[in-house]
Amino acid sequence: MGTAIVSFSQVSKRYPGGYEALKNVSFSVEPGELLFITGHSGAGKSTLLKLIAAIERATAGVVLVAGQNVSAMRGAAIPFLRRNLGLVFQDQKLLYDRSAFDNVMLPLVVTGHPWRDAARRARAALDKVGLLERERANPITLSGGEQQRLCIARAVVNRPNILIADEPTASLDAEYADAIVEMFRSFNQVGVTVLIATHDDRAIRKLQPRVLTLHRGSLA
Amino acid sequence: MIGWLRHHWLSFAQTARRLAANPLASLLNALAIGVALTLPLGGYVLLVNLQHFAGSAATEARISVFLVQEATRAEAAEIQARLRATPGVRSVEFVGRDAALAGLKRTPGVAEVVATLRENPLPDAFVVTLTARDAELAQRLEQQFGKLQKVAHVQADSAWVQRINSLIGFGRTAVLLTAALLAFALVTVTFNTIRLQILTQRTEIEVGKLVGATNSYIRRPFFYLGALQGALGGLAAWAIVEIGIALLNRDLAVLSGLYAVDMRLQPLDSTDGLAVLAFAAVLGWLGAYVSVSKHLYKIEPS
Repeated sequence: MGTAIVSFSQVSKRYPGGYEALKNVSFSVEPGELLFITGHSGAGKSTLLKLIAAIERATAGVVLVAGQNVSAMRGAAIPFLRRNLGLVFQDQKLLYDRSAFDNVMLPLVVTGHPWRDAARRARAALDKVGLLERERANPITLSGGEQQRLCIARAVVNRPNILIADEPTASLDAEYADAIVEMFRSFNQVGVTVLIATHDDRAIRKLQPRVLTLHRGSLA
Repeated sequence: MIGWLRHHWLSFAQTARRLAANPLASLLNALAIGVALTLPLGGYVLLVNLQHFAGSAATEARISVFLVQEATRAEAAEIQARLRATPGVRSVEFVGRDAALAGLKRTPGVAEVVATLRENPLPDAFVVTLTARDAELAQRLEQQFGKLQKVAHVQADSAWVQRINSLIGFGRTAVLLTAALLAFALVTVTFNTIRLQILTQRTEIEVGKLVGATNSYIRRPFFYLGALQGALGGLAAWAIVEIGIALLNRDLAVLSGLYAVDMRLQPLDSTDGLAVLAFAAVLGWLGAYVSVSKHLYKIEPS
């Protein structure tokens, strides 16, 4: 347990208004692990991932990420937590006022990474998701699958320790979905801890990962 | 250090690009701020000119020293010697009481009044010409001469300068008041522009926060935007005032010809102009600061 990179102990999340998204959830993830979180929509998958990135705060319990207590973290420390996380969320939040390349550059730009090296890394990330030849394109001209891959490139460009994805294959054709699942597996194979929330059974059958199942906010 | 500078340069460049991307909106904003600033700035320029005019034309380098009626010739001579020996005095002219009365008798309108007088009410007097046109010197000597024995009254011809100066003091207060009010207006305008800009860049701010941007990184471009917009407004005000002066000078040139006096208005000097730019930039920054503190923290990724 001491080596866990992510650990939840008796974590609950109650939203204002009384809706309880997570109830007394405990689990831990070892470094380099590939973990899928499944459950019906509304089961609390997204909330669980948001607690790790401090987008939401737990109302009870302790969330530890790389030894840091995220549930009690100061606001000023959050950016530095997120720099070690790669986040791929459902609403992709790409910026349509700049090229695909500049979108991928963003995580490196905000940390003041030397430009030359940042550009090299951004191209490498774009290459990894197969979008290198589209680097000049505006993301709005990319297909849904391509936009999802662009998000993945942006998430991995700063070489995070933990990659977190919320329904990365939702609304994609099976073929695209397989490619993306394969991408996550390859990141995991080079040592990145990967947490994916999904109800894509194909992916689970294919990768045979460890699976946590949420049911109405509790681990089943 | 270099990374930090580059960081700042990048956000500044980004801000400039953003302004350039909406040229019309940026121009109108700058003009709105500029017009607001023109009022106090124009008032200031007029004051400076008035002061300049009062300073050059008004400081008559002469002081009249009137003796008491019973002063004797010998006492007058002694005073004359003393006046002459005072540093800052170029020449001393004696105006005897008889000569003064004769002078009055030659003045049309006054002559009849003077004729009814039984005896000469005028004292002996000296007209002291100073070495320099210096209001301070005139004032000092005026006081000094007033303390001399047998001197009844000292009149510096610059008395009306003081009146103008007090008028200028009043004008300065008025300018300061308008400046304070319109500075507040500038802060408000910037506050609103920045609020709108924050709303337009909502997604960008959210994404920035998601990928680990610190608050100061996110705030920085907005500060630059406020300061830059303020400075552009200051520049617009400067331009408006210069144009105004040029137009006024065209009319004044006609007057100058008629009265044979040089009455051209001096433009704002570059130190003052740059001070206005800096002042406006600081106010813009302030507006941005208030706006950012109020609005930016509400935007969090969800």
